[in-house]
Amino acid sequence: MEAGFSVLIGLFFAVGVYLMLSRHIVHILIGITILGNAVNMLIFTAGRLTREVPPVIPPDLYVPAGATANPLPQALVLTAIVISFSFFAFLLVLAFRTYQELGTDDVNEMRVAEPKGEALPPQGY
Amino acid sequence: MRTVIFRTFAPFITALMVLFSIFVLLRGHNEPGGGFIGGLIAASALAIYGISAGVGPARRALKAHPMSIAAFGLLLAALSGLLSLFTRQAFMTSQWVTIDFLGVAVDLSTPMFFDIGVYLVVVGAIGSIALALEERESD
Amino acid sequence: MTPAAPDMTILAVLAPFAAAAIAPFAVRILKHNAAWPLALVPFLIFAHFAGFVSGVSQGQTFTVAREWVPAYGVSLSFYIDGLSTLFALLISGIGTFIILYAGGYLKGHPQQGRFLSFLFLFMGAMLGLVTADNLITLFIFWELTSITSFLLIGFDHLRAASRRAALQALLVTGGGGLALLAGFLLIIQITGEIEMSKVLASGDVLRGSALYLPVFLLVLGGAFTKSAQFPFHFWLPNAMEAPTPVSAFLHSATMVKAGVYLLMRVHPVLGGTDIWMTVLPLFGGVTLLVGTLLAVRQTDLKLMLAYTTVASLGLLVMLTGTSNEKALEGAVLYLFAHSLFKGALFMVAGTIDHEAGTRDVTKLGGLRKAMPITFAAAALAGLSMAGLPPFIGFIAKEVLYYGTWGLPQGAMLLTVVAVIGNALMLVIAAAVAIKPFFGPEVHTPKHAHEGPVLLWVGPVVLSLTGLAAAMMAHTTGELFIGPMLSSLKGTPAIVELHLIPGYISAPLILSIITVALGVVLFLQLDRLRGIIASILAAIGWGPDRGFDQVVAAIVWISAVVTRLLQGGKMQTYMVLTFAVTGAALLLPPYLMGSFPAVPAWPEFRFYEWAVIAIAVLGLGAVLVAKTRLTAIVSLGIQGFAVATLFMLFGAPDLSFTQFMIETLSVVVLALVMTRLNLSPRDHRPFGAKLVTGIVAASVGAGFALVLMAVTQSPFDARLSEFFTQYSRAIAHGRNIVNVIIVDFRGFDTLGEIAVVVLTGLAVLGLIRIQTKTHAGEASAKTTKAAKSARKPVEAR
Repeated sequence: MEAGFSVLIGLFFAVGVYLMLSRHIVHILIGITILGNAVNMLIFTAGRLTREVPPVIPPDLYVPAGATANPLPQALVLTAIVISFSFFAFLLVLAFRTYQELGTDDVNEMRVAEPKGEALPPQGY
Repeated sequence: MRTVIFRTFAPFITALMVLFSIFVLLRGHNEPGGGFIGGLIAASALAIYGISAGVGPARRALKAHPMSIAAFGLLLAALSGLLSLFTRQAFMTSQWVTIDFLGVAVDLSTPMFFDIGVYLVVVGAIGSIALALEERESD
Repeated sequence: MTPAAPDMTILAVLAPFAAAAIAPFAVRILKHNAAWPLALVPFLIFAHFAGFVSGVSQGQTFTVAREWVPAYGVSLSFYIDGLSTLFALLISGIGTFIILYAGGYLKGHPQQGRFLSFLFLFMGAMLGLVTADNLITLFIFWELTSITSFLLIGFDHLRAASRRAALQALLVTGGGGLALLAGFLLIIQITGEIEMSKVLASGDVLRGSALYLPVFLLVLGGAFTKSAQFPFHFWLPNAMEAPTPVSAFLHSATMVKAGVYLLMRVHPVLGGTDIWMTVLPLFGGVTLLVGTLLAVRQTDLKLMLAYTTVASLGLLVMLTGTSNEKALEGAVLYLFAHSLFKGALFMVAGTIDHEAGTRDVTKLGGLRKAMPITFAAAALAGLSMAGLPPFIGFIAKEVLYYGTWGLPQGAMLLTVVAVIGNALMLVIAAAVAIKPFFGPEVHTPKHAHEGPVLLWVGPVVLSLTGLAAAMMAHTTGELFIGPMLSSLKGTPAIVELHLIPGYISAPLILSIITVALGVVLFLQLDRLRGIIASILAAIGWGPDRGFDQVVAAIVWISAVVTRLLQGGKMQTYMVLTFAVTGAALLLPPYLMGSFPAVPAWPEFRFYEWAVIAIAVLGLGAVLVAKTRLTAIVSLGIQGFAVATLFMLFGAPDLSFTQFMIETLSVVVLALVMTRLNLSPRDHRPFGAKLVTGIVAASVGAGFALVLMAVTQSPFDARLSEFFTQYSRAIAHGRNIVNVIIVDFRGFDTLGEIAVVVLTGLAVLGLIRIQTKTHAGEASAKTTKAAKSARKPVEAR
């Protein structure tokens, strides 16, 4: 089961990275979202998979009756999902603003910080 | 997107979602749910109201600026951790009180206030982002 | 004499640092007169170290230590013997007069307080350097002198020449310091001792070690750069950009001697070998000749003195390199004499510059009437430098000739070098100390007159000390020179000094030859200067220009490398990053042959297969989407599939969250994307497709393999078990995930929600900037896209 998930997660990684290597900013954004999903599932799977038993203790017991899903990766991933979304929203607005300011969605044409043919730094003391 | 049906139903959906979000938040400690999920549901409700009725009315309905709500949530979460200092325990040690309210035993705890803080942060921050982006849409 | 108080040594070394903190305030209140009370600090330090003299002269040594960084064996420890005592006395004694001199020299300068502060910092560093016992502490003080000298040379930081000189001194001496550190670390490794006093007791361990050569070269790297030995001599004359008190203190009497100090210090354990007795005399001799010849060419008083300092340092290194007792005695004496006369002459040069407005020797003359006291000091110091009786310089020269003449090998060569060097030294002494004061009076930029007491007290006292030390030659030898020589040799030595040579001997004849040669050369000074200038012009390149070339080359190389690695193409960065990620994941298992076992066909239930298939379809659709909407919807599909998978594998909380997030993501993306005229398709040329495809596939395969390997290894469930067991018992919650988030790991969550708040603020900030741009509609920088995005606003 975990092996099957590993392959699926590898696929998520590959697609995410492939999109991130695009020149177009929107594809990079989508790639980041997919990469985020891949990482979340990676953590989830690394804590081992258990079918259908959520880590919730029944009202009349002090510990779960049987084996449950591993709660720890779930707690880690839950906050990660929310944070990756706010990160995604930030990147989206950043991309939007960049497009408005520079008039391009091609990252190779965004050369304000590193202009082409920049002169050598000045010599002297 | 602003069809008549959507505009008519949106306020009800919003109200229901907000109510549901509070329910999810409060039951979170014992059943699936909690501050993050509740906050996201409420933020979605806000986003839906913003799309249907416009961002201006959404902001007015909210009374406070969403980022103020988020900041208040963060403050609440931090303060709930400070309570334990009064009992000479480490920061964020949970404190529990049971109050008899009209014959029903109600558990009050610092983790609950912490979770409410998380809820408010998520509603405020995500709601603020959503409304800000919708504002671009509407103008 | 004050009694010896070893425990006070730490205070004595740290006192200048305290004075450095006070100095700016003292100057603010007392103006330049602050120099008087401030000079008490070095004076008291002098008194403290004077307390050791009688004990040290009887062969005693003192150590005192405080813990500093015990984990690394670094302690604030000090070692007092003949060598460090004489050095400490010179530093604090000359330092006293330098502080006074600086008070007069920079009178009224707005930054005088800062200058005195730097001087004190340097003084503390230098005292620490010569007294430190712990090798690491010694290194720290060593580098501290480099840094403070950088501050002092660059004091006049508005001039490019000052900045260049300061940087040059820092790079050369600081670089040498790093070599020294490496050398020290090797010494610590070989001997197993970190305290210099114990290393010195290790006998032949270092000389016999296989690592002797690296240790020798590394220590030499530190010493030669600090003591301006050829070919590292160029930074010292350039350092004359510093105000004169600095030149008098750092670049004649103290800091540049640190290298010589180090060589003398390690002489008992590193010296006496063949390579020591070859390399040191060779470089020392060359430095001596180069220094004196270059000094003759100069007409600037300070530069002439600077080059003779280089020459004197060369002489000291040469003598130390012979490892011959008499030559070492000459070195010790010459070091002592040199500090006194050179410090005095530098101050005289500064006073002339201060009062007459120029220090070009060709534009000076007849100053003896206008500046009688300065003249007296200059004459006394100059005679000592020229090596004439009855001054300490004469005794030093006699002893060193005695030493070189009596060498078992290379005696003739070294003696000839020493005679030529000393003759030229006499020429410079005459040119600096005699020429400005004699002859007809020359019109100078300023009307020359005697300087204030602050300016002449230093040179007068130092030059008189040179005279007194020679008059009381026997005491000098017994109290100072003997103990220091003992430290050099590592065994007790007795020094008998006499001012008047008892009989006609080779050294006396050599002295007479030196004086005769010197007088002849002085009379031909202008011709000599012309000859040397034309030779230098013919060579046309020197290490000074080489330094500029090296610095320029470093800047150029770093610019080229930066441009190569950061060409401004984000795609390149990303491809590189992920290629490295993929390689890091795939190469180790490949090299170690530890791939995970081939797994069995996964036993998913049919609905699980269906969800997985939906996820894969969503991914594929994102890749091939032709329109924006398709891409967004496909993105949502894979997200919902992930949420469903969470649900199926016992994580309802995750599932809900993922559902909400995916919904919001799709809404938000749609909101933004529909407003932008973005290219919907991902156009890549075939080559780029191939490269990025391979990189992406390798990253994906790498993570899949790592995860497989992880899940095939045994699982440590202790932490999860703990949370499961105690969630209800101590945290009163049945939803374990929620309990972890808000209780067990609540502090993490606090940090995470703070991040969420910050992102919210950042998004708001980005959008606010947008509104401002709207307000400044007319700004010329608007782009086509910006205009199209703004159209609705204009229409409104």
